[in-house]
Amino acid sequence: MTDILPRFGPLSRRQIFARSLALGITLEFAGTQVFADPLAAKRKLVVIICRGGQDGLSVSPPVGDGAYAALRGPIAIPGFGEPGGALKLDETFGLHPALSATHALAMKGEARIAPAIATPDRERSHFEAQDVLENGCTVAYGAASGWLNRALTAMNTRSGGASSGVKAISVAATAPLILRGPVETASWSPGGGAEPDHRLPGILQDLYANDPVLGPALATGLATQGMAKEASAMVQSEMAAAPPEPDMMNGASAPPQSTRERAADARKLGLTLAAFMTAPDGKQVAAVSVENFDTHANQGSSQGQLATRLAYLDAFIDGLHTGLGPAWADTVVVTATEFGRTARVNGTRGTDHGTASTALVLGGSLSRGGIIGDWPTLAPGSLFENRDTAPTMDMRGLFKGVLHDHLGVDRAALDALVFPESARIAPHARLTA
Amino acid sequence: MAYDKDLLGAIAATRLGLGARGDEIAQASADPQGWLLTQIRPGGADLFRAEMPSVPERLAEYRQIGLARRQAQMSTGTGAGTATEAPAPDVVQEVRRLIRENAGQDISSRLQLAAATNAAFRERWALFWANHFTVSGVKGITANLIGPFEQEAIRPRVFGRFEDLLVASSGHQAMLLYLDQAQSVGPTSPAAMRAGRNGRRVGLNENLAREILELHTVGVEAGYSQADVTEFARAMTGWSIGTEREGADQEGRFVFRDNAHEPGARVIMGRRYEDGGYDQARAVMRDLAASPNTAHHLATKIARHFVADDPPPSLTERLASAYTESRGDLAVVARSLITAPETWTPLPAKFKTPYEFMVSSWRAAGTSPGEIAKVAPVMASMGMRTFAAPSPKGWPDDTASWAAPDGIIKRMAWSETFSTQAVGERDPVTLAQNALGARLTSLGAKTIARAETRAEGLSILLMSPEFQRR
Repeated sequence: MTDILPRFGPLSRRQIFARSLALGITLEFAGTQVFADPLAAKRKLVVIICRGGQDGLSVSPPVGDGAYAALRGPIAIPGFGEPGGALKLDETFGLHPALSATHALAMKGEARIAPAIATPDRERSHFEAQDVLENGCTVAYGAASGWLNRALTAMNTRSGGASSGVKAISVAATAPLILRGPVETASWSPGGGAEPDHRLPGILQDLYANDPVLGPALATGLATQGMAKEASAMVQSEMAAAPPEPDMMNGASAPPQSTRERAADARKLGLTLAAFMTAPDGKQVAAVSVENFDTHANQGSSQGQLATRLAYLDAFIDGLHTGLGPAWADTVVVTATEFGRTARVNGTRGTDHGTASTALVLGGSLSRGGIIGDWPTLAPGSLFENRDTAPTMDMRGLFKGVLHDHLGVDRAALDALVFPESARIAPHARLTA
Repeated sequence: MAYDKDLLGAIAATRLGLGARGDEIAQASADPQGWLLTQIRPGGADLFRAEMPSVPERLAEYRQIGLARRQAQMSTGTGAGTATEAPAPDVVQEVRRLIRENAGQDISSRLQLAAATNAAFRERWALFWANHFTVSGVKGITANLIGPFEQEAIRPRVFGRFEDLLVASSGHQAMLLYLDQAQSVGPTSPAAMRAGRNGRRVGLNENLAREILELHTVGVEAGYSQADVTEFARAMTGWSIGTEREGADQEGRFVFRDNAHEPGARVIMGRRYEDGGYDQARAVMRDLAASPNTAHHLATKIARHFVADDPPPSLTERLASAYTESRGDLAVVARSLITAPETWTPLPAKFKTPYEFMVSSWRAAGTSPGEIAKVAPVMASMGMRTFAAPSPKGWPDDTASWAAPDGIIKRMAWSETFSTQAVGERDPVTLAQNALGARLTSLGAKTIARAETRAEGLSILLMSPEFQRR
């Protein structure tokens, strides 16, 4: 997949970033100094949405679960220590071998898994489930704003009003629902910015003065340009100083050049996001999309389609971790997907739309512990509708826990504003030390 | 309609067309509805390429690359004695070349048609249905088939019966590959039994069945269950693409493979369908096309695309009735859209997608798109990679999706570059009057007139709020 439209001719430096977009990775950022409290103001949150329905049973394969290998057949990830085997987390769970950087973090207690997590949606429709994942409600189209935007509103209110300088930015020309809402969010993607000496931006600002959509969008876009230039410059110097990259495929024979190239691009995008977040006026909250997890056919095992996608995700996380440097200690990263996939391999060596999947939780100050939430097992009778990994944890509980403990959003706001009518879903406590 | 004809002509050319070209608004103003109605024709939309390699040819080319790779792997895997083998072509490079030559040419031709056509409503109507039945190039092999898919399955039928369009789309090789139907096999079919004896696992894939229900026909509000999806997927088993083994006259073409079809009757959304091979899924599609849920789903999408993100319910109801009463005749639905008073509201509520923005810019400037190698990256930078919609849902067309800060910056950057190359000796105020007619605001006209250069004036026109909307 991925290689669609032809890349025409040799690549310019700017196009290298554009190629990261071609991977289907997009970023949204929000939030600058939303806290009056200077310590809390350092805290950062990155939410990575894995679109398409990411197969949790391959992200964190439960190779120690007695039913796993038989259900999965040719797409099962081999056991610990076998060629292409899962990278061990505990007696039951490992990580997919393409997630080597994530595994290295897990070994330091800086990455954990929630292996049976789901949104409240049970329809198995990509579009409804992504909507619920992003709008924070119990039903699709329940809100026109995203929960991460409403969390910013809550943080602003606490720190004394919306005048505290919240801005937003996306490394995408389009705006994902999770960050849409009353708090203005910016977007950025590589290439073709406005030059400060040009007259057109000023003329258009006047022309858009009374346009409620174009006026704010242009102002935010222009403000982001300067920051983007600084961030790109930082990444360029960092790339120049960096040692050669480790093999992304964890000791497997060298992948085709293009796969390696794209992993390297994903890593650069992670570094770029880190630069945005660590700049003096940096962004506190970011949303990232990684696409193409809809593996209905030939999804592969330790290598193949899904492995390639996971290698991108891992390279992005690796770049983010590296680029954040000391700020990693103040950062929480969560990956989430709209739904998992069927426990059984389907007739075309892939998997169909399912229910629970895996969320990864990463950060420099995670509290130690095993898996987040309970493991329902894959035993006969344990599967949801005799088909999918059964959900044991509501995704809102995980997000609420992170927003509460890490970013200090209070419970009342979480229950009513950020995740409407969710009082019965308790925040998952003590994720961060 | 109480508005004056100049405004209605401007609305016809910009909201329902692809942006005015030359004196199009003046032409349309004489009889705005008539100008649009005459573009409807039973033969369907225009084809963008007269000569196009067939789907079997394009699949065969793709297959050759795969064979070359496998041969190369085998030769390098056997060690000594293979050094004399010719080096295998770089697979990635080869795929890129194929896509550049095939899909690149298809896209380029489609853009040329949009930039030049005198029947812009007809083209917009075709683009709407192509997006409704999205096949995306994100799967590599499908990128080369989108052009043939549009020309063979979609364009000839956009003013015909929806049911025919649905069946043509669902049975086209591009859709069968994009949504994994081609490899779906009935779990108790003879083909599955034989594969099982040979130690191979084959079986059901429900991807296409689900998206036909959710996206193409009744929509998720219809309240079907997982069991309905699975039953429909079983009914569709056998809809596939011929292989080499089935003979040269079948290879690369649609086939109904009887021995892969799941035997037995199916129950889908409360209706029972006796086993009839190919006709079983065909009968389901007939009922789906006739469903009131489908009428409502399509009517809402059409109203939303052409008129407003939140269209007036009266318009949606009008279109749904036209659909139901005509038994899914899309020419009747198109006429209903054109003659509906709600369509002609003066306020432009729709924000252009990047495709619409660039096409309308070429039309306003009277230029053609130029090399696809230059156009594709620009459109991608605005968030819309040609022939590569992010999902089977296709491209969004709402303001919230496209009016993001970065999108505006990218449009502005391209406007500057484009205007410098395109403006020539022409007067930007005249270009603005031609492009927007009575929709040009006095502030817009004044700002363009005050521009320092002709190019700057054209940039202001393209970026003006009234040009960005339709």
